[in-house]
Amino acid sequence: MVYEERNAWTGLVVSVLAVAVYVVMVLRSAGGGPLSDVDWLPLMLWTIGLSIAVTIVASILWGIVAGRTDPDGAGRSDIRDRDISRMGARVEQAFVVIAGLGVIALCAVGADVFWIANTMFAGFAVSAVAGGIARVIAYRRGLV
Amino acid sequence: MVKPTLVSNSIRSHREAAGLTQAELARAIGVTRQTLIAIEQQKYSPTLELAFQIARAFGVGIDDLFQYPEVSR
Repeated sequence: MVYEERNAWTGLVVSVLAVAVYVVMVLRSAGGGPLSDVDWLPLMLWTIGLSIAVTIVASILWGIVAGRTDPDGAGRSDIRDRDISRMGARVEQAFVVIAGLGVIALCAVGADVFWIANTMFAGFAVSAVAGGIARVIAYRRGLV
Repeated sequence: MVKPTLVSNSIRSHREAAGLTQAELARAIGVTRQTLIAIEQQKYSPTLELAFQIARAFGVGIDDLFQYPEVSR
């Protein structure tokens, strides 16, 4: 498995876990009450910060392990990696745009800031997961 | 299922005839072994520049290495 494919897998797994943890934390904080009363900002910032940190650490650790079996390809990337990365970015962009439009719509109707922020967060999360899935499929099935 | 490319190639037969391993050819053209495998299996269409580099590594023309079927219009 090449360097960028490992990063794609790491990003995908961490994104899914981060979203799951965030949703559980918000629901637990709400305790059955209205979600808009939840103090969502610290939870969101911690989720974003920890997911970035975990992704970096996991990539480094996986790179060290992979480097023992394939020292030449441990940190290399090439034109195929860049093509797959661009394709993944296009997939991600679509979801970010949808979330952005959702945010504008929520602002227009004067929705609570909880829903506005979390719509954007959901857009980022879905884009990361969808982009990760697209990248992993491209690495496994091919990109033509 | 990803639609396979119409571009086929004979890189594998040229490589084996030249006595090169996938790793050696990949190193010669500046890509990872996985990328060369994907090209040989037609799971990735190389850029024109990379196609020229592969052809040059064997000392053949690009038409000798890559084939594209005639399409009736």
